[in-house]
Amino acid sequence: MISIDSALCRGCGLCVKACAQQALSIENKKALCKESCTLCGICIDACPFGALSFPQKDKAKDLSAYRGIWVVAQCLEGKLLPVSLELVGKARQLADEKHVLLSAVLLSAPSEALAQELIFAGADQVLLLSTAPSQMEEEEELAFRLLAREIAQRKPEIVLFGATLFGRSIAPRLAAHLQTGLTADCTELSIDPQQGLLLQTRPAFGGNLMATIATASARPQMATVRSGIFPLPPKDLSRIGQQVLLPALPKKKTKLHILESHRETGCASIASAPLLVVAGKGIGTKKNMKLVHQFAQLSGAQVGVSRPLVEAGWADYSQQVGQTGFTVRPKLLLSLGVSGAIQHLAGIMGAETIIAVNTDPDAPIFQAADYCIEADCMAVLEELIQIYKI
Amino acid sequence: MNLIVCMKQVPSSNEVRMDPKTKTIIRDAKSAVLNPFDRSALEVAVQLKEQLGGHITALSMGIADTARLLEEAISCGADEAMLLSDRAFAGADTLATSYALSLGVKEIGNYHLILCGKMAVDGDTAQIGPELAETLGIPHITDVTQIVFASEKELIVSRKTDGGRQLVQVTLPALLTVVKEIAQPRLPSISSILRANKTPCTIRNAQNLSADTSRTGLAGSPTQVVKTFTPPPKKAGVRLSTEPAQAAREIAALFEEVK
Repeated sequence: MISIDSALCRGCGLCVKACAQQALSIENKKALCKESCTLCGICIDACPFGALSFPQKDKAKDLSAYRGIWVVAQCLEGKLLPVSLELVGKARQLADEKHVLLSAVLLSAPSEALAQELIFAGADQVLLLSTAPSQMEEEEELAFRLLAREIAQRKPEIVLFGATLFGRSIAPRLAAHLQTGLTADCTELSIDPQQGLLLQTRPAFGGNLMATIATASARPQMATVRSGIFPLPPKDLSRIGQQVLLPALPKKKTKLHILESHRETGCASIASAPLLVVAGKGIGTKKNMKLVHQFAQLSGAQVGVSRPLVEAGWADYSQQVGQTGFTVRPKLLLSLGVSGAIQHLAGIMGAETIIAVNTDPDAPIFQAADYCIEADCMAVLEELIQIYKI
Repeated sequence: MNLIVCMKQVPSSNEVRMDPKTKTIIRDAKSAVLNPFDRSALEVAVQLKEQLGGHITALSMGIADTARLLEEAISCGADEAMLLSDRAFAGADTLATSYALSLGVKEIGNYHLILCGKMAVDGDTAQIGPELAETLGIPHITDVTQIVFASEKELIVSRKTDGGRQLVQVTLPALLTVVKEIAQPRLPSISSILRANKTPCTIRNAQNLSADTSRTGLAGSPTQVVKTFTPPPKKAGVRLSTEPAQAAREIAALFEEVK
């Protein structure tokens, strides 16, 4: 249960209103917390007097043996994923702040070129297997075994993963194996100036609230970050780094076998698209989806839609943006004819810049938008296609 | 085939409203629902049971009120339900939650397959499945889109990957996390609702499960929220031209800036 400092509590009841679990009440002019409290922390934020806090717990473990920052570098078809390089760029800043080494663990068949690319992006050293099967980049189990072995031996203080399907499968498995904390989908990472802890900020409750999370009592501190959250670091060809060859993984009987692996292009998830065009009912007809796709192709954007379009059968569920669909975090989002229901807005709050086009000046989407265009979205789209065709 | 389906109580998305002045969420605890991804997982279990026979247990950790939702799971095809509920479980992060769930799984015992939704719509971490599998020492497969072949010894499933899809064979027992589209959850029938009313949800606390309470709830959670804050309110958007050709040029310029 939440701790309540009765000296500070004035019994104003704002925490009672904020609580989603109805766990708080006012008794004798002081707040009282019941067992239905899930320690979500909303009330702490709501209290203007600072009377509420998370209960304290003891921390006694010696964690000083853990040093350095690692980025787990994922590959696809022999190329580093952009998110891995973005993480190296961010981790470089964190490593400089903490005055520690930044290592990248390359999850692929050994490749000098890829190791070099990670060093140019900011890594001090690259850990890579001396021999590995060619399909290493596909094998979650091998990645898990490699990381479990190396983390136990080398004891990094922080390990960062891309929030890809692969990362979101192996990172939690490792967290449970190492009995440590993992924070998913961080949108900001920084170092706490007092204790040197990794501060992991992520949206909670559909982006209506941000939570900063720290792993104080266990190591390594682990986090995943989606693609496009941090900028790609510049390639610094003057950087020098070390390549550390890791011994091959011993053969082991496995209960999992990949029977077939299929490439599917165009399945790039809208969740990680840096440029996104989102269409809503305002585009008018199903036929107009073609123009939306045409513009997306010309501009290099992915296409998302609002929920009514999926329900009308104009688009696939995999394109649905919003609380019941995908949460997106593009650098730029062009919203066409979307009115902006709250569930939809919750899904686009992570966008860096939103341009909204809608004929209705009172459409809620305009409250979320950085740029508002009160016009017919199809007229604007046709003009845009003309510009890009030239 | 004996199946366990992990289910979470989440706020009903329709009920998530924001106070426009304070920018905080207005929620009503009564409007909790079963996580839609977990409902799909339950439907997969029901279909496997129809095909192979067996027994389905819905498992959840949560406040006492969750029992009501687990009864709904029974009306949708689960044979029984177990709720892990204790003050010692409160404030759990994913590691502490997966530990508690692993105790529930052991309490149920004798299982072939554990099914989880890919993620919960409120927390959105997608971590419980893999963490629970590791805690139990069984293999896991995430993002499963189709069960291609099933027996009590092994499964062949299709799953989404970053590059496309894979066909994976796994020896049971194992844990799968499924995408929402894998199955359309069925609606309860009158007879199944009546059965649910007659089937009380089994409730277990930390003591029943001989839980190590240093590994449950807040005490067992390595991650801790140190601060919550509402994102700074967006300043009013810049109004661009209402004339389509001019507006299009301005949009194109913004696209170029990003590139």
